[in-house]
Amino acid sequence: MDQNQTYQKDIESIRQLMERSVKFLSLSGLSGILSGVYALAGAAIAYAILYNPKTPFDYANQSVKEITLIIQLLIIAVIVLTISLITGYALASKKAKKLGVKIWDSTSKRLVVNLAIPLVSGGVFILILLANGHFVIATPACLVFYGLALINASQNLFDEVRYLGYCEIGLGLVCAILPGFGLFFWAIGFGVLHIVYGALMFKKYDR
Amino acid sequence: MKNPFESLDKVMEHRVRLQIVSVLVANESYDFNALKELLDVTDGNLATHLKALEREKYISINKSFVERKPNTRYKITERGRSAFRKHLDALEELIKQQKK
Repeated sequence: MDQNQTYQKDIESIRQLMERSVKFLSLSGLSGILSGVYALAGAAIAYAILYNPKTPFDYANQSVKEITLIIQLLIIAVIVLTISLITGYALASKKAKKLGVKIWDSTSKRLVVNLAIPLVSGGVFILILLANGHFVIATPACLVFYGLALINASQNLFDEVRYLGYCEIGLGLVCAILPGFGLFFWAIGFGVLHIVYGALMFKKYDR
Repeated sequence: MKNPFESLDKVMEHRVRLQIVSVLVANESYDFNALKELLDVTDGNLATHLKALEREKYISINKSFVERKPNTRYKITERGRSAFRKHLDALEELIKQQKK
């Protein structure tokens, strides 16, 4: 029986190591919820800048053309992104400490690279679109590239991230069909979906 | 019937070697320092086990320089991968038999 326990321990340690050497498990579900909340707050501010005093349905007939507006929206987006990243990093390092692992190891480095390739190419692509005046397609492009980045990075994250990626891509494509509702889709994709996903992950892995 | 004890891989019966092989099976390649951190072993200990695995041709070694510092990356060979699979099968078989 003693032998048997050794074998089972062997198998257990293999299982753990294989997972830990590939997947970054320190990501906290709470950071998903919070970044969703930040995104909704950002969308609300953007809404106030854009639509006040019009309703979104009036606005759907026009499109964002003034460059100052675009820059204001970009600043909001960058602030939301920065705060989300800081929150994500802070919560992940807390969780890593609890799990007794390092936050910056070869797994998390690979995760960053896998995320960055679609995100950076998407980001540059969207900036080129904006610079050429194709404002309508920018939001769908954000959602689609973000979804692709999540799917690409899901090999180094919880498997469920893949489904979040599919949802973002689907949402982005619907958004491309319905121009003029960009902010609405942006709020769903980066706000609501993050909150739902974060809550599910928090329930499943953080308690 | 064949005794599963005999199917156990002698090289991988040591836990650290088994762990090294499992990390390399799951990843394209892994470098020395990352392995050391992950497995929480000393330099000398890890080096000895890596050498044993290399002798069996279970892993291949790729030495290069990253920012002028030597960097050694390890990869699993096909021979190592099939040995790992066989070893796992044997472990599974042993556990099954002893449960009866």
